[in-house]
Amino acid sequence: MSLTANKEHASGVWVFAEHRRGQFPSVVFELLGAGRRLADDLGEKLFALLLGGVGVGGKAPDLIAGGADTVYLVEDEVLADFTDDPYVDTLESLVTRYHPSVLLFGATANGRSLAPRLAARLQTGLTADCTGLEIDPEKGNLLQVRPAFGGNIMATVICQERRPQMATVRPRVMKRLPPDPGRMGEIIREMVPPGRKKRVDFLDFVAELKETVNIEEADIIVSGGRGMGDPSNFRLLEELAGALGGAVGASRAAVDAGWVPYSYQVGQTGKTVSPQVYFACGISGAVQHLVGMRSSDIIVAINKNPEAPIFQVATYGLVGDVLEIVPALTAEIRRWKGEA
Amino acid sequence: MKVVVCLKQVPDTAEVKIDRATNTLIREGVPSIINPFDRYALEEAVRIKERLGASVTVLSMGPDQVKEALREALSLGADEAILLSDRAFAGADTLATSYSLARGIEKIGGYDLILFGKQAIDGDTGQVGPGVAEVLGLPHITLVRRLVDLREGQVKVERLVEGGWELLATALPAVFTVVKEINEPRVPSIKGMLRAKRAEIPVWRAADLQADPRRTGLAGSPTRVAKIYTPVFDRQAEVLSGTAGEQAQALVARLRENKII
Repeated sequence: MSLTANKEHASGVWVFAEHRRGQFPSVVFELLGAGRRLADDLGEKLFALLLGGVGVGGKAPDLIAGGADTVYLVEDEVLADFTDDPYVDTLESLVTRYHPSVLLFGATANGRSLAPRLAARLQTGLTADCTGLEIDPEKGNLLQVRPAFGGNIMATVICQERRPQMATVRPRVMKRLPPDPGRMGEIIREMVPPGRKKRVDFLDFVAELKETVNIEEADIIVSGGRGMGDPSNFRLLEELAGALGGAVGASRAAVDAGWVPYSYQVGQTGKTVSPQVYFACGISGAVQHLVGMRSSDIIVAINKNPEAPIFQVATYGLVGDVLEIVPALTAEIRRWKGEA
Repeated sequence: MKVVVCLKQVPDTAEVKIDRATNTLIREGVPSIINPFDRYALEEAVRIKERLGASVTVLSMGPDQVKEALREALSLGADEAILLSDRAFAGADTLATSYSLARGIEKIGGYDLILFGKQAIDGDTGQVGPGVAEVLGLPHITLVRRLVDLREGQVKVERLVEGGWELLATALPAVFTVVKEINEPRVPSIKGMLRAKRAEIPVWRAADLQADPRRTGLAGSPTRVAKIYTPVFDRQAEVLSGTAGEQAQALVARLRENKII
């Protein structure tokens, strides 16, 4: 067991720059934005970790432009597609060599697989799905804020003694910095440690939601529930989402009815989202749905029942027939966009 | 084949209410349930048993009342159930929980496949599955939505990720966490319920696991909850009235004010 260095020797805020074949999800730049702030508060440097196949280093300048001082770059074909073993082995070797104080991951499928395995290997603390990160001005610890109990409570978690302090961070919560291509930074090449095993084989990736934005990445989500009445009415939501450049989501009721696939589901047993605007169309607002979307910046509720709980979390409420209001909205948005 | 399913008893978070006067969780009268995601893991294990022949062991950690959840798992098709319960396990974060469960799984022994739900609905971390895999030195795959090809010693799975799915292969033994999409859990049979009622559920203490006391419970937990508070969601919805067309105009005006469009 490799115990990490004690806190006195730990320095540097590290951000894991996840990607799929060189494409970064937006959470990477959000982590750099948050990491920049934490590093400045600590008076330490911000590092980005870029692991991938040969050639991925071409993307390193984007990370410096996003706020990193240094990029640790590891190019190796074993890292071309994400699998846990070579990524954990490589990160373990970097952490035990350089002793960062903070190590952040996106709370994505890969981040939430890799981070707990690495934390267990390093025997350090890991906080899941954080929505707030601050430095304690007195003790210098990372204050990690996260929802728990289905969003009913917020908890501030600390990892007092062990380093690095690890967290996965919910996408679309932290603010990215405006990219600065003139920013100076250095790129340091590192290696995959030799003699380790890779036990999971990556065979294929199949994109499922072609030509639509996926809901974890969308700035605008248009979701439908049982109040849409019929699966064919989801076409109205697709049109509204299309006019806004957003994605279509759904409540559990719509998924359970077989109207749309599970990948659309927002809520406790689906996805947690926090877009700029969330449209809840014909969704009454069961707690299980609310916990998955109520941290959205703006919530628009459209429902025929003025007593529906969805209105308690909404910014704007439109009471009426969703099948009339949604097409009217689409037309109004198209009209305004056409004029602009 | 031997399948171990780890399951957690959780409060039904949809029933948790906030006491607005004291700003605390009201847990009285809130039912304890099997973590909904773990039901999919259990169902998948029982389906493997029915298809290929396997034994299914369920393992949990917690106070004595967790036996209720384990009995329910037995009624749903598990062959045996084991509870890890000791004051030494109390106050565990995900690291210490991973260690204790892994020691329990080592004591069970002979496993080919270890299944978890993708996360528990109270903590929502999803960290214990990968943590257990690391302690046991096994490969893991999270967010499994389908076992494509399961045979002696190897398996191919589909993994749900952002924007699609991956096809992955690994050797057994391995640890998987599963998503809801993987199956439709069954309801208990009468026969299963009768069997579960009579079943003996062994309780293993820290000493039975020869667990390192520095790695269990509060002592083995690097993280602490420093503060808990209840978020305030007192948005007063602005109601936009009128005909559908008028409501649409009013909303688009608001979205423009907010620079959304």
